[in-house]
Amino acid sequence: MINLQQFFRELKKERTRILLTILAIVWGTASVVIMLAIGEGVTRGLQRGMHGMGKGIVVVWSGETSKPFKGLGIGRRIHLREEDARMLQEQIPGIGLMSPEYIRWGAYFTWNDHSMSTRATGVYPAYGQLRNIYPQKGGRFLNKLDLKSRRRVVFLGNEVKERLFGDKEAVGETVYLNRVPFTVIGVLKKKLQTSCYSGMDQDATFIPASTFRVMFGHRHLNDIVYSPRDISRAKQVKEQVYQVMGKKYKFDPKDKDTLRMWDTIEMQEGFGKVSTGVRIFLGIIGGLTLIVAGVGLANIMYAVIRNRTREIGIKIAVGAKRRNIITEYILQSLLTVSAGGAIGLGFSWSLVKVINIIPLKQEAFQYLGRPVMSVTTALITAGVLGLVGFLAGIFPARRAASVNPVDALRCE
Amino acid sequence: MIKLTGVKKIYQMGKIDVAAIRGIDLKVENNEYLSVLGPSGSGKSTLMHIIGCLDTPTEGEYRLEGRDVSGLSSNQLAEIRNKKVGFVFQSFNLLPYATALENVELPMIYKGGSARQRRKRAGELLAKVGLGDRARHRPTELSGGERQRVAIARALANSPSIVLADEPTGNLDSTSGKEVIQVFDELWQQGCIVIIVTHDSEIADRTPRIVKLLDGRVVDDMQR
Repeated sequence: MINLQQFFRELKKERTRILLTILAIVWGTASVVIMLAIGEGVTRGLQRGMHGMGKGIVVVWSGETSKPFKGLGIGRRIHLREEDARMLQEQIPGIGLMSPEYIRWGAYFTWNDHSMSTRATGVYPAYGQLRNIYPQKGGRFLNKLDLKSRRRVVFLGNEVKERLFGDKEAVGETVYLNRVPFTVIGVLKKKLQTSCYSGMDQDATFIPASTFRVMFGHRHLNDIVYSPRDISRAKQVKEQVYQVMGKKYKFDPKDKDTLRMWDTIEMQEGFGKVSTGVRIFLGIIGGLTLIVAGVGLANIMYAVIRNRTREIGIKIAVGAKRRNIITEYILQSLLTVSAGGAIGLGFSWSLVKVINIIPLKQEAFQYLGRPVMSVTTALITAGVLGLVGFLAGIFPARRAASVNPVDALRCE
Repeated sequence: MIKLTGVKKIYQMGKIDVAAIRGIDLKVENNEYLSVLGPSGSGKSTLMHIIGCLDTPTEGEYRLEGRDVSGLSSNQLAEIRNKKVGFVFQSFNLLPYATALENVELPMIYKGGSARQRRKRAGELLAKVGLGDRARHRPTELSGGERQRVAIARALANSPSIVLADEPTGNLDSTSGKEVIQVFDELWQQGCIVIIVTHDSEIADRTPRIVKLLDGRVVDDMQR
């Protein structure tokens, strides 16, 4: 194709200018890609942190009535009991996993001559899955048998294990909880947790709810954790919780003060919007650089066309139509942009790779995550590049097509 | 057949109107060979541009093969230039960065068709004008006569019915000039309308018909 050969010949002629433009596009592309990659990394990092507490869960606490109901006054305390948790699960098919949660603050743990005071939590085995609690190698979380036989077993948060055992193996050892021996069955695998209630999981200990009740004699739960079977029906399930509890404790199901709820699903939706916003913002910053490069390219295209007026005239004289000329120059513009874009993508891809090789252990990087090159990023960049190339080409190309051949051929 | 009736061309130069052609009636039958003779500024180049559909008349009617050209769109005019007209200019007007072969291919690119056929025909045309061994050379590597012959080969690319030459020998030495004129003689013998625009009466004398222009009007139309 003459077009291509011509392009490379013009490239030679205008070498410096075109190289500078390509450099600008490389820079613009790199800034779009890197910005988007950082945005993606931050989003994933924050998301992982949020999932540290559990994905798609609802936490229910006790509350007080604020509306009179059937002759009962306001300010009546609604307590949660383990039976209520089981009742909810039996009566509401929309609830998937569920666990009641007892909490004892200041439980006293000792192992050999190490001791510490922390909180003990009494839960069902489903709690592990609900709250993304995974054991380190060689351990396990609580199971049904532990619960059924009220075993004296404990699962330790990784910080607790660290304080009691240091580097030593904890699983299988016996620790004393308020002077009662418990067998350690597992240790929490270190995780990123950015939101919590009643403290971080790394500082907690977990024992079967049944064992907890016998040991401490609590009548009321701290809270109930559940996950809806289907996230899209989360709202209905919440309503059903109020209805079922309202029926038992005689309160108005519309009285939302009776039970306090933390819905991480809603939080996730909000976060999704924020992160989209952040990505758009970063994308725009990168895009602006690219637009500047595009303006430079358009400039050069105008210069190229001015220098080529005679040749454009020749082409028109031998029968080139408007669209032949326009296509030719848009193609040139797109070619320049693709060259810059390809180099820019390659450059940013390697940069992201290099950043990810550097071992960064700081907290900041855990929260901010690492830049991620995704297909979406590449596609968005390619789209923006195409648009820039097209726009930088179309206006000069239209001018080229409107060259008057008689005048163009006359000029020497 | 070419028929111009009352054709005028008026350019606006700032606020004044300059008439390049002040009313020309001209009829050229198929397979005629004529020269348009006149001093510079007589409007002969403008006439050639109008005949070649590179420019449109301000007034009057121009019929090319019976078709009124005045109302056609720029795309339709481009198509006529592409398929029916071949231009040869005084200053050759070749693409400087393209080889002789690519220059000859250019009109065929805009016509469409396969690249291989294009290349083959371009090669044949170059051979016909005696430049078969110069196909890979760029214009700067060719002599003036050779460049003009490349331009002629380009003009013939899509087998036009009209060949228009504007001072084709103006930039050539007399030997190359004669060679080029010989090529036009041959084209005429092959059935083209050939119109040579010139101010050189020696060249004009070679053609069977001479149209003399002065100040944008036909002052003489000699048929021999």
